[in-house]
Amino acid sequence: MYETTYHRAGSAAEAADLLAKADDGKILGGGQTLLPTMKQRLAAPSDLVDVTQIAEMKGICADGEGVAIGAATTHAEVASNHLVKSKLPGLASLAGGIGDPAVRHMGTIGGSIANNDPAADYPSALVALGATVVTNKRELSSEDFFTGMFETALEEDEVVQSVKFPGAQKSAYAKYPNPASRYAMAGVFVAQGSDGAVKVAVTGAGQDGVFRMNDMEAALGSNWSADAVSGIAPNADDLLSDLHGSAAYRANLVTVMAKRAVAAAG
Amino acid sequence: MAVEGIGARALRKEDKRFITGKGKYTDDMTMPGMGYAAFVRSPHAHAKVTGIDAAAALAMPGVDAVLTGDQLVGDGIGNLICGWMIHSKDGTPMKMGGWRALEPEIVRHVGQAVAVVIADTQAQARDAADAVVVDYEELDAVVDPLDALKDGAPQLHPEAEGNLIFDWEIGDEAATNEAFEKAAHVTKMEIHNNRLVPNPMEPRAALAGYDDAEEHYTLYTTSQNPHVARLVLSAFYAVAPEHKLRVIAPDVGGGFGSKIYIYPEEMVCLWASKRVGRPVKWVSDRTEAFLTDAHGRDHRSEAELALDADNKILGFRVKTVANIGAYMSLFSSSVPTYLYATLLSGQYDIPAIHANVKAVYTNTTPVDAYRGAGRPEATYLVERMMETASREVGLSPAEFRRKNFIRAFPHQTPVIMCYDAGDYDATLDAALKAADYDGFAARKAEAASRGKLRGIGLSCYIEACGIAPSAAVGSLGAGVGLWESAEVRVNPVGTIEVLTGSHSHGQGHETTFAQLISERFGLDTDSVSIVHGDTDKVQFGMGTYGSRSGAVGMSAIVKALDKVESKAKKIAAHLMEAAEGDIQIEGGELKVAGTDKKLTFTEVALAAYTAHNLPEGMEPGLKEGAFYDPTNFTFPAGTYVCEVEIDPETGKTEIVNFTAADDFGKIINPMIVEGQVHGGITQGIGQALLENAAYDEGGQLLTASYMDYTMPRADDVPSYQLSTHVTECPGNPLGMKGCGEAGALGSPPAVINAITDALGANALTMPATPERVWALAQSGMKQAAE
Repeated sequence: MYETTYHRAGSAAEAADLLAKADDGKILGGGQTLLPTMKQRLAAPSDLVDVTQIAEMKGICADGEGVAIGAATTHAEVASNHLVKSKLPGLASLAGGIGDPAVRHMGTIGGSIANNDPAADYPSALVALGATVVTNKRELSSEDFFTGMFETALEEDEVVQSVKFPGAQKSAYAKYPNPASRYAMAGVFVAQGSDGAVKVAVTGAGQDGVFRMNDMEAALGSNWSADAVSGIAPNADDLLSDLHGSAAYRANLVTVMAKRAVAAAG
Repeated sequence: MAVEGIGARALRKEDKRFITGKGKYTDDMTMPGMGYAAFVRSPHAHAKVTGIDAAAALAMPGVDAVLTGDQLVGDGIGNLICGWMIHSKDGTPMKMGGWRALEPEIVRHVGQAVAVVIADTQAQARDAADAVVVDYEELDAVVDPLDALKDGAPQLHPEAEGNLIFDWEIGDEAATNEAFEKAAHVTKMEIHNNRLVPNPMEPRAALAGYDDAEEHYTLYTTSQNPHVARLVLSAFYAVAPEHKLRVIAPDVGGGFGSKIYIYPEEMVCLWASKRVGRPVKWVSDRTEAFLTDAHGRDHRSEAELALDADNKILGFRVKTVANIGAYMSLFSSSVPTYLYATLLSGQYDIPAIHANVKAVYTNTTPVDAYRGAGRPEATYLVERMMETASREVGLSPAEFRRKNFIRAFPHQTPVIMCYDAGDYDATLDAALKAADYDGFAARKAEAASRGKLRGIGLSCYIEACGIAPSAAVGSLGAGVGLWESAEVRVNPVGTIEVLTGSHSHGQGHETTFAQLISERFGLDTDSVSIVHGDTDKVQFGMGTYGSRSGAVGMSAIVKALDKVESKAKKIAAHLMEAAEGDIQIEGGELKVAGTDKKLTFTEVALAAYTAHNLPEGMEPGLKEGAFYDPTNFTFPAGTYVCEVEIDPETGKTEIVNFTAADDFGKIINPMIVEGQVHGGITQGIGQALLENAAYDEGGQLLTASYMDYTMPRADDVPSYQLSTHVTECPGNPLGMKGCGEAGALGSPPAVINAITDALGANALTMPATPERVWALAQSGMKQAAE
């Protein structure tokens, strides 16, 4: 690890201020991606601004029919929270399947979405559930927030503070993990919103990060069943291909995981 | 603790310090004033080094020195060597290229060290290593061993024309060809044994210090064989004379073979400690481990099995290309030859075998022995062929194997080995029964009702362990003898220290070796200490690999114990005025048979050291040493049955049942043996399903971290069903065969045979990743539909 300066921010405003002042600052959430990257000397931020001790950025509360989750809330808290489990069981199940127990007790939702790893789980939930990302400057729809692989709409001095999820009638997530890293090779989140609208979002497989499966959404809109999506696959030309899985294999996995997510959603 | 002798499931004495974090590993060691080394490594697989500019690095804070290959060579430090001479079939010796610990001219694999920085802290050393500017002129690289043999392939070493190190053969080619002419059926396969990264939990490390007043070096290092390290560092690399070099391998967190060898980094630390004038520590990070720890396996083979009309094997013909990597590591030449092709007879009576092995240089990390070392490659080949042949001729895999089993011992195979004892029917029968082989059809049907493809596969492995009779391996090209030594030192108060040349890096020697003493004298295992891993304490020893610490290391202890027992009995007989032949040892006491006269072991030990009243002419003391040289290899064998369920939609393989029936000869501690089998099978399942060291065409290791290199995890494996069936080894005093590697060599073919059984398709290469299995399942379903 290269030398860096660690700051513990006491408030969201202080965090934004520290970030703005730093040469090449980074927000530190649970550090489950950033710290290993730094240890491998693949990242060298001049300053780390730790937001995990900021009370206003932690915790989960009801937000209308849905929930609002502080950016510094850990995956383990999301997975075990009774509000999330009752209102958005798919989200709780997704959070409970991220990494391993150690990762889930350190990693945060804000850190995950700000990094926007194309194989991370959360982006699919935000897009399928139509979540809103709240920063120190503005509110962004999730589809505007995720702009590409490891890319978001966040500005240099912008800090994710919370994520607001609307309620949903149905939600479920199914992923096929990369055998080595256990990140998603194909993760599919299916949701039927309070208004009945169906959204299907895919993570892990796309070259540009999370994407929606419009054909599946249409099919499920008229027939909510695993059979409805069993013949629908994304175009393999748009998918990732690596030593763990070709684009054709990932396209198959998207279909299979979509079927399983729909079945799990009931 | 207690008196726990042979066969007791004694808890491991060493675990208290390991599970409380009190183990002392190389990185825990310090020396006053020590600095840290960081290596400057090649980012290219093949390139000329045209310049090294260390000026910026030398100006950085805390930096003592930047040392390069020119300085190393200038100081007379020798090349790294391969210690086993192989001759090609035309009689010429193997063609070994030079390997320098810091390369001044041409780098041949990604990660090869070209310079080292010594600085006050590890972070300073690494920062400065980043600042060393090395100019390279890139050369074409070759990573596939078959490509490396082609005309026009990039050439690695001028010594090895066409990248061919040797073209070796074993067996009778004419007799084998004749067998194929008579064959009623021939089974042919191309078989690839995938390259693996060893991944011990503790990465390699070294701490070297030089005392200029005494002109004496001390090296702490992660070694499976510290005396061999000292010998090689001294005799071949000329770093220091043997009596001026102390090598200590303290607690070592796993090796699997990768810590047998002498690597550039450890040698450089030793050399640099004198050159820079301060102790030097280096601890490999995990990326360095992936790039520089010797890899394992990597064979490409073509095999043919000839059967007569009654499905008896007539002959076996094998051609193998072994990828040695960029340099010849310490025992790399022996792995694809005498540790591999000598096992091609498996458990079967095969009249004629011929194997040809070509060893090839490529621009990849050097390849050497990894848990099993050649024997897993042989077992995979033989057992894939046996299962495939049985399917082709329509016999059950078990029946086909039974038809060809060796049943009379000793059995001389056509490939050097003479099997001394075994009962292959016993382990096959036990495994089939424990796995409920007969009930498989019903389980398959039930799985099909859930949309799963269920398959079952066998593997009947044999292994050659207890490495090895020194004269025999000497005649085959080994540069060392493979005996072991022991010293049993009884203290005046009757406690015992056993000094062994074996080295424990996870094997539990401190427990099992103490059980031997407990058994012999009826003493508490707590009164016994096992001393190993320090060349200043222990007499010369050959170390631990090849499942040899039981069969060879413990045999040496037995020989020393015999001498101690004999002397103790003489002393006891003298003190109690009895005949030596009447002395019996029981429960920590020496008794005169048929009387109530007795002395405690402590009283006898004390008498030996006070020397007030010893038999006429007897030397004081109670301490004896022994060297044991085995008379033959030992031959552990067994049958493994793997049962899998495959999800045809994703290609995910779940191992639902894994049964092992092993014959390891006499067992000292069944719990430790089970642990070895668990670990071995899990590593074998890792090879079969998950692990693969993959390079791109330019020689970059694509799987250089756990993000891409798939290690087996707890949820990848089932609870194993184990049993043991003993035929004692007639070749050593304890009747032991060895258990350390069996799991890793018996399991891969069982897994692949099970998957191919489930899919009804045979074209599957390890590792059987979900994508590969899915693709094969898809093609199978397509064929079925057509």
